[in-house]
Amino acid sequence: MAKRKDFSVTRLPGFATIALTAFVALYLPIVTLVVYSFNGSETVAIWGGFSLRWYGIAWDNTQVQEATLRSLIIAASAAGIATTVATMAALATTRTGRFKGETLIYVMINQPLMVPEIVTAVALLIVFAAVKVATGYTGLGYLILAHAAFCIPFAYLPIRARLEGMDLSLEIAASDLYATPWQTFRRVTLPLMMPGVIAGAMLAFVISLDDVIITEFVKSAGQDTLPTYMLGQLRRAVTPEVNAISTALLGLTVLMLTAFFILTRTRD
Amino acid sequence: MPTPPAVEAISARKTYGDGQAAVVALKDVSVQIGKGEFFTLLGPSGCGKTTLLRLIAGFETPTAGQILLDGNDITADPPNLRPINTVFQNYALFPHLTVAQNVGFGLEMQGRPRREVEETAAEMLALVKLEAMANRRCSQLSGGQQQRVALARALAPRPKVLLLDEPLSALDLKLRKEMQSELKRLQTETGITFIFVTHDQEEALTMSDRIGVMSAGKILQIGSPRDIYTKPANRFVADFIGETNFLSADLSGQTLTLPGGFRIDLTPAQTKGRQGQVTVALRPEQIRPADQGLSATVTQLVYFGTDMHSHARLSDGTEVVARMQTSPSGEAALHEGQAITLGFAPEAIQVLED
Repeated sequence: MAKRKDFSVTRLPGFATIALTAFVALYLPIVTLVVYSFNGSETVAIWGGFSLRWYGIAWDNTQVQEATLRSLIIAASAAGIATTVATMAALATTRTGRFKGETLIYVMINQPLMVPEIVTAVALLIVFAAVKVATGYTGLGYLILAHAAFCIPFAYLPIRARLEGMDLSLEIAASDLYATPWQTFRRVTLPLMMPGVIAGAMLAFVISLDDVIITEFVKSAGQDTLPTYMLGQLRRAVTPEVNAISTALLGLTVLMLTAFFILTRTRD
Repeated sequence: MPTPPAVEAISARKTYGDGQAAVVALKDVSVQIGKGEFFTLLGPSGCGKTTLLRLIAGFETPTAGQILLDGNDITADPPNLRPINTVFQNYALFPHLTVAQNVGFGLEMQGRPRREVEETAAEMLALVKLEAMANRRCSQLSGGQQQRVALARALAPRPKVLLLDEPLSALDLKLRKEMQSELKRLQTETGITFIFVTHDQEEALTMSDRIGVMSAGKILQIGSPRDIYTKPANRFVADFIGETNFLSADLSGQTLTLPGGFRIDLTPAQTKGRQGQVTVALRPEQIRPADQGLSATVTQLVYFGTDMHSHARLSDGTEVVARMQTSPSGEAALHEGQAITLGFAPEAIQVLED
């Protein structure tokens, strides 16, 4: 890799400036958000000294409590469904012989990554409206199903990557050593693909937790999740409460993504 | 009633793909491998030896033909129902299990009691001298140790047949020599039928009871190492196993006329009823300077320490190599450009099939 040493992108003119600008643009808003979440004053824009006041207010706000609980229920259920489906899809697309239309299936599984979310949202709104009329059911099921659907590719990709990186001869060796197909899956394939499955589930969970567009279209009255509740709040008086909730959400997401990276990087 | 062979392939054929792009990996191969035999499938890569092994293991089903185990048709059985285990080329040890768990895996899958699984695993690890490593992860072992774990794992369920797919190819030369004698010892101690796949002719010659030489999806010759070396059936076998010289000659009755007009009489076993133009093989170590024989001119002398390779050109232009012993001083009795007569015993001549 001598070539790489000769050519270093850091020596290009303006490298430092561009890098710095990019980092500032990325992180300054987040830093501001976090800092102002500890704001003691009534409004977001004026600094009123360090305080955990808004965290307390958010914590005691029953609407926030309900929205948080709802978000967690939806995210956990959707991630569970999406991970199960994605695991089966990943097994079917890596552990069977090549079949006709394999690429088409691959594209179809990853459809939510390519179709604009707003299109899916409108489509779901129309379909679910009809289902609501027909069945009369108005529970969280619609949101869970909708979230599960767009979470599938996020769960699928890390699981598939893990399966593709796995040595096929291990499964052949298991069958050679008297393991039935189910035992092979249970004792060899599943334990080895587990880091991918956990990573996929966490990614799906985070993606669901943070969704606004589809949720906004699909939810019935009184089914606000945390992000849609915050969006609603912003339309009225903006208080540092939103900052506090966002910071808490940020903390949770960072925690999960860190775990995701650690899990996907440790191989065998 | 004679006991059936441990493994028998009957006209086993394997084709990959179909139509124009179809590749025939195995062309109607039939072979019988006896109980307790160390049988080697030898051939260059792509000759079909691994395909034949995979058919016996059950990882693939033959396109046509049958695989028998102790006389029973197992062609349709999946690998987990065959009492046959494999040592894989890349070992294929389970990275999430310990060494002992790897070795016990087969027995556990057979539903043996935990106590028996643990005892047998310990016993097998002792057999390959890895008792101390029982609780290690496989990734913590060296290549040679992993190789031994793979062997112990495959032997633990006491299979009727053990398949070895180039198991030594990833080891360095010294370790490979060690493992060769280790394998031979294990085979003698356990009495299990070994089917060994390799492209290394030396490995095949030193370890096997019998060798099947394969090329292009066919078994060309089956025989003891000595038979394969001294009586190669055709040009491919003669060329693949060891070094050899090929000479064009003419057979008339039992009399063989070699380039330059030198004549010798062969036995009927050698000529196999052939007449006319034939190709014969003559091993370099069978050639000596003599009063009678092939007239040649020395073109090159290459010193190898143990012996001297003398390249010589016959009157028809054929290059012949002779391996001659060196004198204690290492000096050659020959020099380049010298005229020489190359002699050999008539039995050293092998008339090859076309």
